[in-house]
Formats: sequence, structure tokens, C-alpha cells
Amino acid sequence: MKITGAEAVLLSLIEEGVDTIFGYPGGAIMPIYDALFDKKEQLNHILVRHEQGAVHAAEGYARIKGQVGVCVVTSGPGATNLVTGLADAMCDSIPLVCISGQVTSPLLGSDAFQETDVIGITMPVTKWNYQITEAGEIAEVMAKAFYVARTGRPGPVMIDIAKDAQFATVDFKYTKCTKLRSYLPFPKVQKKDIDAAVALINKADKPLILAGHGVLISHAERELLKFAEKTGTPVALTLLGLSAFPSSHPLYVGMLGMHGNIGPNVNTNKCDLIIAIGMRFDDRITSDLRTYAKQASVIHIEIDPSEVNKNVEANVKIVADAGEALRALLPKVKQANNSEWLESFREHDKVEYDRVISKKLEGTNPEIKMDEVVDLVCRLTNGDAVIVSDVGQNQMVAARNYKFTRPDSWVTSGGLGTMGFGLPAAIGAKIAAPEREVVLFAGDGGFQMTLQELGTVAQTGAVIKIIVLNNRFLGMVRQWQDMFFDKRYSFTEITSPDFVTLASAYGIKGRRVTSRDQLQDAIVEQMGSNESFLVEVMVEREDNVFPMVPSGENVSNVRLD
Amino acid sequence: MEKEFTINVFSENYIGLLNRLTIIFTRRKINIESLTVSESHIKGIHCFTIVVKATESVVRKVVQQIEKVVDVLKAFYYTSDQIIFQEIALYKVPTAALTMGTGIEALVREHQARILEVTPEYTVIEKTGHKEETQNLMKKLKQYGLLEFIRSGRVAITKPMKELTVHLQEREMQYNYNN
Repeated sequence: MKITGAEAVLLSLIEEGVDTIFGYPGGAIMPIYDALFDKKEQLNHILVRHEQGAVHAAEGYARIKGQVGVCVVTSGPGATNLVTGLADAMCDSIPLVCISGQVTSPLLGSDAFQETDVIGITMPVTKWNYQITEAGEIAEVMAKAFYVARTGRPGPVMIDIAKDAQFATVDFKYTKCTKLRSYLPFPKVQKKDIDAAVALINKADKPLILAGHGVLISHAERELLKFAEKTGTPVALTLLGLSAFPSSHPLYVGMLGMHGNIGPNVNTNKCDLIIAIGMRFDDRITSDLRTYAKQASVIHIEIDPSEVNKNVEANVKIVADAGEALRALLPKVKQANNSEWLESFREHDKVEYDRVISKKLEGTNPEIKMDEVVDLVCRLTNGDAVIVSDVGQNQMVAARNYKFTRPDSWVTSGGLGTMGFGLPAAIGAKIAAPEREVVLFAGDGGFQMTLQELGTVAQTGAVIKIIVLNNRFLGMVRQWQDMFFDKRYSFTEITSPDFVTLASAYGIKGRRVTSRDQLQDAIVEQMGSNESFLVEVMVEREDNVFPMVPSGENVSNVRLD
Repeated sequence: MEKEFTINVFSENYIGLLNRLTIIFTRRKINIESLTVSESHIKGIHCFTIVVKATESVVRKVVQQIEKVVDVLKAFYYTSDQIIFQEIALYKVPTAALTMGTGIEALVREHQARILEVTPEYTVIEKTGHKEETQNLMKKLKQYGLLEFIRSGRVAITKPMKELTVHLQEREMQYNYNN
């Protein structure tokens, strides 16, 4: 039986197990929206307020659900509004399939109404993209899109569908893609690499695991735990790797990177072996590559071959899925205990507590510190919530202070650092895990970039606990101006609407906290609410995030104030 | 140190793939000195021959990033001593110049070029060789009133005996086909 191309697109989604899509209608995608009218039972469509909201929501959804996030938008501006989110998903290895409508194929290239070269524009920010001009291509291309998006190192795929291909009729037969000649996403663990890694691991006295997002993508948290425990290796996590290892575990030594903990950063330059798992040695982690871990051997476990030897030369390269590599290593590595080495991290922790953390959390400062708010939320949620952050100081403070107790609990924009990511990503995260508490930490700057998505919160009823940490500055940039630009606060002071009133305009409850004695009560009410709830906390205006490894400096040069 | 590298890319034949490859060079601000695209001896697999000047470390990373492209099967890079390569050049000169003496004829012999077409108005000469050689002939033909000159991108055959199919088989051995 023949069906329309538009129906074929939706049936393809259903065949791939998709039940939720994020989107915004428009002219060139109308046949698909019309077909969606009859598929409402199978496909829950979330209407956002701006296409950027759709793509970030799909990212949040994909991160928490562990499945491909799907967006549907129209041609021209609909598609170009996705670009930031595609770039974000590309950096952070998030599987997406985004579908844009396109002008009818005879009009392609003629500067038709709402025509843009979507394939050209999205090429550098997608793992794969393709323009469909005939309905007959739909099934095969959609199958390939999902296969490419979710396998190997996941990433975003953009499918542009001409309007006439949506209208045309076609015999639909869907076969899932299981193999492509040119794309082999499942590398076999090579025995020689495992043996070489085992030799290095078994002779190391001061090994250090740097675990990243790849561990979460591979669901290798248990393997990581077993491996770390057997070899007695301290575990440091990247920003995107947070929640891959329990933060209360004695082998957990903290977060890496510019605003990470002192121990793992400084000891990167003291260890004799780095075991990097599912991470890519981003410059926010390595800072100055010329002085980075020169004394250490490096084992790099990474599924994307192009990341190996890109920034840091590895002595042993294991191109593999993190879980598979760890399972191959586990029986061969010997039991070890590196208590003295582990102790050296604790000394750094003590310094960090005395010089930084205690000042942030002790509650004697006249104004509220951002850290206090996150710490309070952590205690009230027992470290069990899904935490979503925006970008900037709020993000670093959330990452530093929330003590994650379970995997897949952290959604943030790492590689691209996309302000405005937080609110829509939180919506996606909540829709992926309706049974979990989802808390968003945002700054007053980033929140204003996508706050129109409060409309989506209101319309969908997704229950999100929004905490706006308001310092009336673009805080992270102001911090850099303070530290590196002679305190010349060039355009970082920002005004905001009354966020509580704004929330109430959307029918969302809210409270504003201006002093410490109101904080506990407000957050308790917020966490206890079974509806979305916004708390705006007026925090210390010129608080800086520490420790900090200044950009491009040796990771040992950690600044504490 | 920057030197000349020849990159061979074997890929599926998809619209836009060339764009995807050139983006990898432009991101790193590497200029493509020469580019040739044609179908390889394996049906459906296309070969890009790309010449760039860069350091080996950068070229290695670029090639890794090229291989990451979904529709690319395999990419290699070579220094000039690892390949046999040629470019083809065509020259158009006024036929009158040919009849004025033996100069052009001598040049054609000396440079192992050949004459493709002679009309009352113009004569077309063809020469294959390395860039310096085709360039050299171009300079010499200028004195005869060279009308047009065009040089192709590089084509290259590699000296190592390992065939593409063997590389592809080896590559398949290193991978599984399911989750």
C-alpha cells in the first residue's frame, strides 16, 4: 500500500523506537505535521518556542534517555536555528536525528522563499547529513541516519526533506541499518594493545584514571568501578564524565579541568601513568600541552580513532568502546593498592577545603554564595536528582558542588559552552525521566537567552525546578575581566526582568531569595513542589569560581584566589 | 617542518562529500594545492587525490579526521618519494608561430610533449610531467605567444605494494558489525 513521504518519515521514527519528538511547524514541513496529526498516540510532539529550544531539549532527552533525540523543524530559519544545537551535540557526542523541511525540489537553488542551503550550513556541525528529494529514499536514509547517530562516537545527523518528497507516495518497507561499507563503528579490542596496556598498568606506582563521557555513553560505570578498585587507581572525571563514578567513593579524586579540583589537576603532572577512558584531552583539561603530563605514560581508550594522538600522544592506544576495553583489561591487571599515592590527593583536598570550599560553604559571608545553593540542593535531593546546568559560573559551581550518586544524572554543555542550553535541555531531561527530580541551575545571563521555553514548560507540564543564580553580571566573563583584564567590566553588567513575576506570567510558581535566612525555606518548598517552581537567588555579585587553572597555563599552576 | 604531501581518499560517491573533505582543510587553514577526483578501479568507490603543504603531524591528524567522515572508506598520506605522480598540461599557441621556424617543434621533442590538434588558427600541445616540468615548458612557450595554459590536478600511484582491497579487508577484520 502506498503512503505519503511524510507518513514514511513518521513510520521510520516509530520503527526506530522513537516516541518523543521536539519541534516547531512551518511551511516546508507541513506535510509531516499533517501526518503527525494522525500519529499523536505513538509520537509525543513537544512544541517548543524556538527551534534552538527543540534541539537543546532533544539533547537533554538523549543524554538522560540514552537514545537518539529527534527534532522536526521547517526550512530556512527553522533549520538555521538548529545550528548551535547541532554544533553542541557534535562537540559533546550526543545522538540526534534532526529533520528539516525544504522547498520543493524544482525550486532548490533558486533562492525560493525560506530556502537555505541546509546541507552546506550544517556540514561542519553534523556527523552526517543528507538531502532527500524523492520519497523512495526516505526509509533507507532514515535508517542510515539513526545508525550513524547512535553508533560509534554518537553525534547529530541532519536530514533535509524537500516538500514534494513529503507529498509524494511510496511503497514503504523499513529495514534497520546494520552495516555500512564505509563506516565501521564497532572496533574490536586488539589483544596486543591490551597486553601493552596491562604491562604499563601492572608496573605503575602512581596511576591515574581520567574518565569522560565515553564511560557513560558505553554504560561502563560498573566496569570502571571494578577496574579502579582492583588496580587501586584514583579516578578523576571530566566535566562531561561527572556521575560516571560515585563521588563518595574513596578512589574518587574529583573533577579535572580549568575549575576542577586541585588534586587531579596537579597530580596529572606527578602520576607515572594516565589511563584516559572515553575522553579527548580537551584544552580545558590539558591547558598548556607543552607541560602536560610529560613525565607520565599514557594509555588512551577511545572509540573515535581521530581523537587518539590528536592532542596528547599515547604510548598505548586502545581504539574501542570503553566498556569492552575495560572488560578485556580487568582479568589481566593485578590487584594493587596505591594508598600513599591516593593520600597525596587527600592533601590537596585538604588545602582546597581550607582555602576555597570552606569559605564558600560556611555561610558567614554577608551575601549568599552560589556554592551554598547547590550544596543545599544536593543535601535535599540526596545527590540523586538530574542536574542540568546552563553555561558559566553557575555551571562550574553546580559541577563542583553536586555530589552525584548515580550515573546519567548530569546534563551540561561542555565542548561548545552554549549559554541558553540549560532550560530547554532540562525540559528534554524531564520528559526522558519523568519519575526523576530535574533541577536546573542557570545564571541570569544564560537564562535570558532561552527563557521563552518557560512557555514549553507551561504547555507540557514538565515539572522542572529552576534555580536562577542571579549576580546581575555575566559572571564568568566578569571573573576573567577581574583576573586578566584589570577589572575593566566591559559590558558584563546585565539587568533582568523580575524572574518570579515572569514565571507567574507563565503560570509557574516562584520565589525570590535575597538573604540567607530565606534560602532553606524557599528551596525546601521548591523541592517539595509537584509542579514546576522557579527560585531566583540573589547571590554575591563579584564572587569568583576557584580553583582555577588560567587558560593556557601549566595545570600545576592552580590559582586559589 | 612543512613539506608537500599527497593525500589519497577512497570514498562512497555522495553529493557534498567533497565539501565535507575541504572543510577539514579550511578549518586548519590549509590550502589545497591540487585536487583530482575520479572513480577508482573498484566500482562505486571514488578516489580523491589532494596535494597540500603542511607538517607531517598536521597531515596525520587531518587524515584521521578525513577517515572519520561517515562515507569515507580509507585515507592515506604520502611524501613525494613514496608515489609516482603526474600532472597533465595543455598549451594553446598560434599556429603561425609553428610555421615561423623550428623552435616549437624542437621544444615539443625536447620536452617529450605532443601536439594534439593543429588548426589554421591555433595548435594545442599536451605534456605530462611534474609541475616544474609543465611549468618550464609553459615559460618557454610564452615567447611564441602562448594563448592558453591549463594544468590538471595531480594523479598518483603509490609505491607500496599493498592494494586498497587488502587495506579494506584488514580494516574489516578490526571491526565487529553489531552492538
